[in-house]
Amino acid sequence: METTSTLEKTLRLIALTLVVIFFMFPIFWIFLMSFQTNETILTIPPSIIFTPTLSNYAALITGKLTTAAGTLDIAFMRNLGNSIFLSVTSVALALVLGVPAAYAFARHKFKGSEDIAFTLLSFRFAPPLLVLLPLTQYFQWLGLSDTYFGLIWVYQLICLPLILWIVRGYFEDISADVEYAYRIAGHSWFATFRKIALPLAGPGIAAAGLLAFIFAWNNFVFALVLASADKQPVTVGALAFVTSSGIQYGQIASAIVLSVTPTLALALYAQRYLVEGLSLGAVKG
Amino acid sequence: MTTLQLKNIVKRYKTNTVLDNLSLDVADGETLVLFGPSGAGKTVLLRLVAGVIDPEEGQILIGGEDVADIDAEHRGIGMAFQNFALFPHMSAFDNIASPLTATNATKDAISAGVHKVAKLLKIDHVLSHHPKALSNGQKQRTALARALAGSPPLLLLDDPLRNVDAKLRFEMRLELPRLLAAQGATVVYVTQDYKEAMALGDRIAVMSQGRIRQIGTPEDIYNTPADIEIARLFGDPTINLLDVTPKSVPDGVYVELSNVKVALPGMPSDVVGKTCVIGLRPETIAFTDAGAPGAIPVTVEAETPLNEKTVTLVLTARGREILVSRPAGTPGPVSGPAHIAVNGQAAFLFDKESGGLIRSAATPMTRNGEAA
Repeated sequence: METTSTLEKTLRLIALTLVVIFFMFPIFWIFLMSFQTNETILTIPPSIIFTPTLSNYAALITGKLTTAAGTLDIAFMRNLGNSIFLSVTSVALALVLGVPAAYAFARHKFKGSEDIAFTLLSFRFAPPLLVLLPLTQYFQWLGLSDTYFGLIWVYQLICLPLILWIVRGYFEDISADVEYAYRIAGHSWFATFRKIALPLAGPGIAAAGLLAFIFAWNNFVFALVLASADKQPVTVGALAFVTSSGIQYGQIASAIVLSVTPTLALALYAQRYLVEGLSLGAVKG
Repeated sequence: MTTLQLKNIVKRYKTNTVLDNLSLDVADGETLVLFGPSGAGKTVLLRLVAGVIDPEEGQILIGGEDVADIDAEHRGIGMAFQNFALFPHMSAFDNIASPLTATNATKDAISAGVHKVAKLLKIDHVLSHHPKALSNGQKQRTALARALAGSPPLLLLDDPLRNVDAKLRFEMRLELPRLLAAQGATVVYVTQDYKEAMALGDRIAVMSQGRIRQIGTPEDIYNTPADIEIARLFGDPTINLLDVTPKSVPDGVYVELSNVKVALPGMPSDVVGKTCVIGLRPETIAFTDAGAPGAIPVTVEAETPLNEKTVTLVLTARGREILVSRPAGTPGPVSGPAHIAVNGQAAFLFDKESGGLIRSAATPMTRNGEAA
C-alpha cells in the first residue's frame, strides 16, 4: 500500500476545500439570498448575518408579488409544474423512441445508418436560434405553437440525440456473443433485447436519461418563443421577476433554489449510476 | 441426434472471403473437430450453423432440412463460446436455465434440468453465484452446462478450453469425450490444440484460409498428412522438416543427411532429382553409437523435458536443427558431440514446391507417436 505523508494529506485537503468553495459558494450565496429581503441583499458591504425571512417563498407559493409599485401576479408554481411536466414527458418519450433506435444503430449496420445517426447528432451542433424562426412559422401553420405537445416535440431535439448517442455506445459495448448465446438458447430477438441488452445497458440508459432531463430542464429559448405564459417553464418564468420597479433579487434567489432542487435531488439520487454510467464505456477494456 | 451438412458455403466480409466454397458432412452422433490456426474461419462456420450470421452462398442442412429461413432460436442448437459469453447479470443457475426457460417447462422441471447438468459438470455448489464471482474453470463449466442443458441434438463448441489453465484443460480433455458420448449429440468442436483434436474427434477437419484442407480420422491425419503444413500442425514436438534431393542406387532411393545415406525403402524412383522435403517425427530419431551403420554426427544444443518425453535439440554439421524425442527417464547425451540414427521407414516425403505429400511413413504411428 502506498502511504501518504501528513503534509500531502493536508495539502490535498486544502486543494479540495478550495475547489468545493469555488463551486459551491454561488449556490450557498443564492441559498442565503433566498431568505433575505431585497434591502438586506443590496446592503454594502454584504453580510451573512441577517434576520431570515420566508417572505420570498411565501410570495412564490401564493403567486402574489408585492413591489413598491403595487402587487403583481406571478405564475411561478405553475412554471415549476410546467418544467416538471415538460422535462419528464420529453425524457420519457425520448427514451421510448431513442433506446430502441440506439439498439438498432448499434447492432444493425445498414446502408446509410451512420448518416442517419450523425444527422440526429448534428441537431446538437446547430444553435437553437438558427432554427427558431422557421420553427415558429411551422408551428403556427400546424397549430402547434403554445401547446404542450409542440414543446415536447421540440424538446426531442435536445433529448433524443443525447440519449441515442450515449445509449448506442453502451449497446455496442455489450459483447454480441452474449446476445447470440441467448438467441441460440431459444429466445426471440425481442426477448434478447428485453432480457439481455436492456439490463446490461441499464446504467448507461439511466445516465443518458438524467443528462437529457437536466438539458431539458435548463432549456430557455424554445419555451420562450414557442409558448405563452401558462405553458412556460421556470427558466422563462424567472423573467417575471424583472419588474418595472426593479429586480426582485430575493424572489429570484428563492425561485432558483426551488427550481434547482428537483434536478439536484435527482442527480444526488442517481449519482452512482451517473458516474458509473458515464465512465464505464470509457474505461472498460 | 441429427446430421449436419454444409454445401458450397461462401461467406464474405466486404472483399474478404472468410469461407471459400466449403462443404462438410457430419454424421449422426459424430464428433467432428474443426482444427486450424486462428483466422481459418472456424468460428464463422459455427456462427453460420447457429444462424446468427447468414452465408452469401450455399446451403446449410440440419437433419436434412435447409435452415436458411429458420431463425437461430428455432434451430435446436446448443453452443459454447470461446469467451464463455455468460450473461453477467444472471446467476449461474439462470445462465444454465436459459435454454429451458425458452421452452414451456415448469419451474420444477427447469430446476431439475439445471441441477442434473450442473452435477454432471461439478458446479452444483456455485449455482447461486454470478459470473463475476466464478473462477475461469467454473465459468467454462457454466458455459458448457448452458450449452448442454437443453439436450440439443446438435452441439457447437467453439474452443471451450481456450481460456482455461493447462491443468483444467488436461482434465477436461479426458472428461469431455465421456460427457459428449453421454449426451449422444452430434458435435462440432473447434480447437487450435492438436492434442484436443486428437483426443476428442471421431474425425478431424483441418481448416485454413476458409477451406478444408484435409478431413479424416485422427490416425489418418497423423499418419497421412496431406501436406507439410498439416504435418507441422500435428505432433508435439513438431516434425523435423529438411530439404533433400533424393538420389538412387540400383537397390532403391536414398537421401543424404550430412553425407550419410538414408535409404527410403519402397520409394518410387520418379522422385529422384526432385527438390523435396523429408519429414522425420522426433520419435523416429534415436541416439546411437558413432560406429553404428547410418550414424549421423550432431552436436547436442539443449534438452527439454516435455511431459512423458525428453526432447533434445541437436545441430547437424551444416547447422540444421533437428529435434529428437525419447521417453523420459531413458539415458541420452546432454551436451557435446553425439550421433543419431534416422529410420528411413518412418520418413515422410513432401514435394518442396507444392507442399503435397509424396509418400507417408511406411510404419504408421498411433496417436501418441509410438510405432504401432
